[in-house]
Amino acid sequence: MSVVTTTAPVIAPTVHPRGAMMEFARQQPLGTVSLVIIIIMMFAGIFSEWVSPYDPFHIDFASLLAPPSWEHWCGTDAFGRDILSRVIHGSRTALVIGFTSSFVGSTIGAVIGVASAYFGGKLDDWIQRFMDILLAFPIIVLALVVVAALRGAIVYGIDINLITAIAIPIVPRVARVVRAAALSIRVMPYVDAARAAGYSHSRIIFRHMTPNVVAPYLIMFTAFIAQAILAEASLSFLGLGVTEPTPAWGLMLSGNAADFYREAPWMILFPGIAISLAVFAFNLFGDSLRDYLDPRFKV
Amino acid sequence: MLRYTLQRLLLMIPTLIGVAVLVFFMLRIVPGDVVEVKLRGDGGSVSQEVIDMERKRLGLDKPILAQFGDWMVGLATLDLGKSMWTDRPVTEEIAIRLELSLQVAIMATIFAVLIAIPLGTTSALMRGTWVDYAVRIITIGGLSIPSFWFGMLIMMFLLGFYNWLPPITFTPLYVDPVANLTQLVWPAMAVGYRYCAVVARMIRSSLLEVLNEDYIRTARAKGVFEKVVISRHALRNALLPAITVIGIEFAFLIGGLVVTEQVFNLNGIGKLFVQSVSRNDFTLIQGMVMLIAVFYVVINLVVDLLYAVFDPRIRYSS
Repeated sequence: MSVVTTTAPVIAPTVHPRGAMMEFARQQPLGTVSLVIIIIMMFAGIFSEWVSPYDPFHIDFASLLAPPSWEHWCGTDAFGRDILSRVIHGSRTALVIGFTSSFVGSTIGAVIGVASAYFGGKLDDWIQRFMDILLAFPIIVLALVVVAALRGAIVYGIDINLITAIAIPIVPRVARVVRAAALSIRVMPYVDAARAAGYSHSRIIFRHMTPNVVAPYLIMFTAFIAQAILAEASLSFLGLGVTEPTPAWGLMLSGNAADFYREAPWMILFPGIAISLAVFAFNLFGDSLRDYLDPRFKV
Repeated sequence: MLRYTLQRLLLMIPTLIGVAVLVFFMLRIVPGDVVEVKLRGDGGSVSQEVIDMERKRLGLDKPILAQFGDWMVGLATLDLGKSMWTDRPVTEEIAIRLELSLQVAIMATIFAVLIAIPLGTTSALMRGTWVDYAVRIITIGGLSIPSFWFGMLIMMFLLGFYNWLPPITFTPLYVDPVANLTQLVWPAMAVGYRYCAVVARMIRSSLLEVLNEDYIRTARAKGVFEKVVISRHALRNALLPAITVIGIEFAFLIGGLVVTEQVFNLNGIGKLFVQSVSRNDFTLIQGMVMLIAVFYVVINLVVDLLYAVFDPRIRYSS
């Protein structure tokens, strides 16, 4: 059923951090390019207020649907709002939601995966059954069901709902891969030794096993940031994610944006490029990270 | 083999029950239901009595466990209930839209497989060259470009260059093939790109693996033409893992359709799903989730059985 074949622990090369960076850049030119894109996007997201030329909420009736020009590099939308500024601010929304939901989902998934592998037996069976049920749904479908379930729980201005909705489908996908990696660690002599020494379950799980599944965890975490950004954009596009007036890429494409195919194609073009570029960068980076961290995958 | 199939069919039941339980309780964690959206959704002030009456009519006033009992009994008798929004049977709501979505899904599959096989093969055979890099970028692009945006680009292209948009009303294929295809080819392309990318990547990596096998070396050593080695010995075996991916992606196409149907204004299951979510139409959401789950487990079984058919080395025993 699955295509993931991680069965042995993936051991990260132990080099000095700077050396590792150089080595990564040498081995993975495409990965480095994607890393640069990610860093630029993070910069834009963190310093949106300073980087963007206009206020993304500023409505300017004098320049409705203005085409790209020196004044508005990416044109303006139906309210005269500067699209470039909204795309830049949108990167904050996308990255915050992408990072948090992937982090929450991957971490819970990793803990479940390791615990499931460590305890084995009935508990493992039940957990796997449950994960299989969750795996029967595409990310976006499961996220939609969670959105329907958790309607109306916005906390501190951050949409906890949306993050939960995107994080939940990530959990079983990470759990499965991490469990496979952890299963092979469980039979290592040092785990037996730790158990013989009378260490507690939690100590063995967190101190002995978890560090050895860090590599698959990191790979999954990066790859799922891409999926999370895509899911956020899709949900916002459907009107069930981020809501107006928050600048979000998916939201910029939704609603009546489609009425302007002819008059203002830039309204469709730029937010879509932003989504694609972000997802592309994280996908490619995740791919390269996998090649780099796990030489067995190298072809 | 027959025993294995039967056993697998029986194993589906607990999974599907699990799905049914999960979706039922998930939808009821947080208060709020279809009645509020229906009667108070557009800001109208409706008295509490009317709301209570409507709740009672839909059976939403019963205790959760009683509602759950009804749902499970209904499932056991293959009755998915009525949509809380339209009052029509869930199966009927789904049935009238299934044909369209299924056709798009099948067209997307054909499109994806036809392109993915040459793409993945070329990329594997020319590994490390610029062709391989180009294919890698194209395929990662397929995983990255949201299908709904790709759909919008297609629409923009059609409008900009041909001043034409696909028809909005659905005509079944057997009524008017031309009208049907001119409407559905575009969404199939939009969701097919991602599909194609996934399959091409799988073919590339499994072909590279197969090319390292001993029997390939043997075939080459015997002096078999390289073309024959690739098509008869390598590709045949490399396509096996691709079948799994094709199957799972087919089952998951509904995910792409959910968003893409909005762009093309298609009245398919994807759109129905989004509508029922935004209307809190619990029975319809439950019904569709069950449909997707059944679809997924059945396709998984079919894929596993196909495996044994295509690869005589695999024989399932119970």
